[in-house]
Amino acid sequence: MTAQHEPVANAGGSAALTTRYYDLHEHDHPEGGSTMLGFWIYLMSDCLIFAMLFAAFGVLGGNYAAGPGPKDLFDLPLVAVNTSMLLFSSITYGFAMLAMQRGQVRQTQAWLVVTALFGAAFLGIELYEFGHLIHEGATPQRSAFLSAFFTLVGTHGLHVTFGLVWLTVLLVQVGRHGLIAANQRRLMCLSLFWHFLDVVWIGVFTFVYLMGMLR
Amino acid sequence: MPVHEQIWSPLLGRLSLAAIPTEPIVLATFGAVVLGGVALLAAITWFKLWGYLWKEWFTSVDHKKIGIMYMILGLVMFLRGFADAVMMRLQQAMAFHGSEGYLNAHHYDQIFTAHGVIMIFFVAMPFVTGLMNYVVPLQIGARDVSFPFLNNFSFWMTASGAALVMASLFVGEFAQTGWLAFPPLSGLGYSPGVGVDYYIWSLQIAGVGTTLSGINLIATIVKMRAPGMTMMRMPVFTWTALCANILIVASFPVLTAVLAMLGLDRTIGTNFFTNDFGGSPMLYINLIWIWGHPEVYILILPLFGVFSEITATFSGKKLFGYSSMVYATAVITILSYIVWLHHFFTMGSGASVNSFFGITTMVISIPTGAKLFNWLFTMYRGRIRFDLPMMWTVAFMLTFVIGGMTGVLLAVPPADFVLHNSLFLIAHFHNVIIGGVVFGVFAAINYWWPKAFGFRLEPFWGKVSFWLWVVGFWVAFTPLYILGLMGVTRRMRVFDDPSIQIWFQVAAFGAFLIAMGIAAMLIQYTVSILRRDQLRVNADDPWGGRTLEWSTSSPPPDYNFAFTPIVHDLDAWADMKAAGAPRPTEGFRPIHMPKNTGTGVILSAISAVCGFALIWHIWWLAAASFAAIVVVAIAHTFNYRRDFHIPAETVAACEDARTRQLAQGAAA
Repeated sequence: MTAQHEPVANAGGSAALTTRYYDLHEHDHPEGGSTMLGFWIYLMSDCLIFAMLFAAFGVLGGNYAAGPGPKDLFDLPLVAVNTSMLLFSSITYGFAMLAMQRGQVRQTQAWLVVTALFGAAFLGIELYEFGHLIHEGATPQRSAFLSAFFTLVGTHGLHVTFGLVWLTVLLVQVGRHGLIAANQRRLMCLSLFWHFLDVVWIGVFTFVYLMGMLR
Repeated sequence: MPVHEQIWSPLLGRLSLAAIPTEPIVLATFGAVVLGGVALLAAITWFKLWGYLWKEWFTSVDHKKIGIMYMILGLVMFLRGFADAVMMRLQQAMAFHGSEGYLNAHHYDQIFTAHGVIMIFFVAMPFVTGLMNYVVPLQIGARDVSFPFLNNFSFWMTASGAALVMASLFVGEFAQTGWLAFPPLSGLGYSPGVGVDYYIWSLQIAGVGTTLSGINLIATIVKMRAPGMTMMRMPVFTWTALCANILIVASFPVLTAVLAMLGLDRTIGTNFFTNDFGGSPMLYINLIWIWGHPEVYILILPLFGVFSEITATFSGKKLFGYSSMVYATAVITILSYIVWLHHFFTMGSGASVNSFFGITTMVISIPTGAKLFNWLFTMYRGRIRFDLPMMWTVAFMLTFVIGGMTGVLLAVPPADFVLHNSLFLIAHFHNVIIGGVVFGVFAAINYWWPKAFGFRLEPFWGKVSFWLWVVGFWVAFTPLYILGLMGVTRRMRVFDDPSIQIWFQVAAFGAFLIAMGIAAMLIQYTVSILRRDQLRVNADDPWGGRTLEWSTSSPPPDYNFAFTPIVHDLDAWADMKAAGAPRPTEGFRPIHMPKNTGTGVILSAISAVCGFALIWHIWWLAAASFAAIVVVAIAHTFNYRRDFHIPAETVAACEDARTRQLAQGAAA
């Protein structure tokens, strides 16, 4: 951008013209300069997938087809525990990032492990809930409401699963190479992803579970 | 053959010998494709080209090579899609006076579905993505895109989707639902075979590629512009590419979600779009058009950019109304999201809703009209050179305006109630897509070919192709407008009223003219390649271009620019030429570049296998290939060394050769 402030070269000095129009002393651009922006745009595209699933739930969420509705199925205390698991995992991921900023490898790893445990607990409770519903006959095939419910909540769960796999891979990579720039960038991306899933879950908790109980 | 009998085995799922079609037309095609394929593979082996193709092309992360591969994919699929079109035209011209024509219903329904799917997803999209990939980094003075590996991966995912569609021709069947696969017809009850599953999985796999390439190009345009190139100094093509890629990222996830829900309905028996258990087929139709309408602007916007570049260059003037062009593009981008309901006014959502969507649709013609006037004013008092790119641009303006006007007509809900689902609609969207997208792609190919290969396309056969195409288009589609006004609906296989046969025969003759136009185009490419030495351009800038892609050599070196240009004005290269800035010929430095990788090819190939397994319900293979995708992707992240430097000596040698060539060109 410095180029704009240079005086306009007059006719004559062709070397001056070359300098004006070509960056003759360019250095390597640091790697990964677009990564955070690119990953953010990816997250927004993923957000749209969730938006569509929310829209489908919004349209179909009351179509019980003479089957069970939210009041018959949802166990709010269990969902509250589940929600707190995910929210805690976001906080602990934040601690991992603080440790990363301080350059503390062991602490970063420790907080990541704690995050993974909370994430696994969330998934475990969700699987238990799904198993319980299916056992009661409230399967995804039972009604459009249940199709939309299982798909929306299940897609979120799949994302968390993917995040756990990613987190495990990053633990190995941080163990191998330490907190090098590439690994820091990867941890930042996973951080965005993890918090994003948290935000989506708040939407699920509000619109699917709480509002479902009010229907 | 319809695969209605649901026999399933653990090893092969629904796949059995019964899946191989027995219709003579398909068998003959199958034979020809196998023979041609074997001959091609044998030739590559004989000439020992596998290593070259693998190292220089398939695994390349160079945006220029990936762009060219997209164009080749688009061209190959275009021939397939056009073959479908010719078959439909022949069938409809014949099937009168009690004749059934030569295609049975099962085959005919697959053909009109495949024609639409292929032309949009595997012809128009690869052409547009290919152009953006090739041109955008050069126009903004960058050496590659933001994520070169993702770019390679995106291309191969698109190619894998195309391969699955092609496989459906010979193994099983394709959907018989029309190109958007509306439920309940596309549900399990009415389409129990594998056709719709081929449709779903080929689009899901290609969709991953499209979304990632959209993200990639947005990041590239936002982050990698040359110093001094502010947003309002970006070339118009780059602007339209930016808006088109924003549309891609903001609409393809919708398609992914809606196809996933349809896939769940079909595979595990959920009830999103079923008629019973609370499902809503109209939800699908709303959601898919929320993707579908932005999609048509994804296709046309970059070509608006192409026409802008060509009009300015061949009129020898600055583009008239640059900023209004940018704002018009942005307005179209936004408006394209609030018109989707005009695709189904007959849904019955009431007068107020229909009026809203009718008006927003009509409003889009205002920024589009502004663009047209800008092009006309650019030409006004210009020194216009009627080379092929400009000829295609003028043909576009004349053709597209008619298509736009019939579009405004269809936007009036009461008129749409009459014309809905008729051949008038078919004529309208072919008028804008052929007149806009296809003519634009041909203009772009003629315009940027010398940039990509260093020699021009031969003009004689190009002009033969041009006239056959333009005349053929009107002969083929004017009858459809007339038939549509008479009330003839789309997708008919046989007709009762003999008085309308003549119109279908005229349309078939138009398709014949277009076929000759395509043949002339292929001859043009062949003749040009054979006579490349006579057609060679020694000046790098054969058309007197205005934007940065013409400031580097033709074809550009791997690194695009030995020194990054600094931008001081819109039309940066015209500015550099006017100032007489000499090109630096010494002081070269090593250039930092990304390394090639085969991971994209491998991941996409496994994805195609996974898609095939899901289509045929071969669950063990689906699970195994999905696991393989995860493992390969993770393994790829363990490779931290993805870049290298082109040594300064190599750059110097390359640039010296160009200096000599330019001197030779100036002397000649």
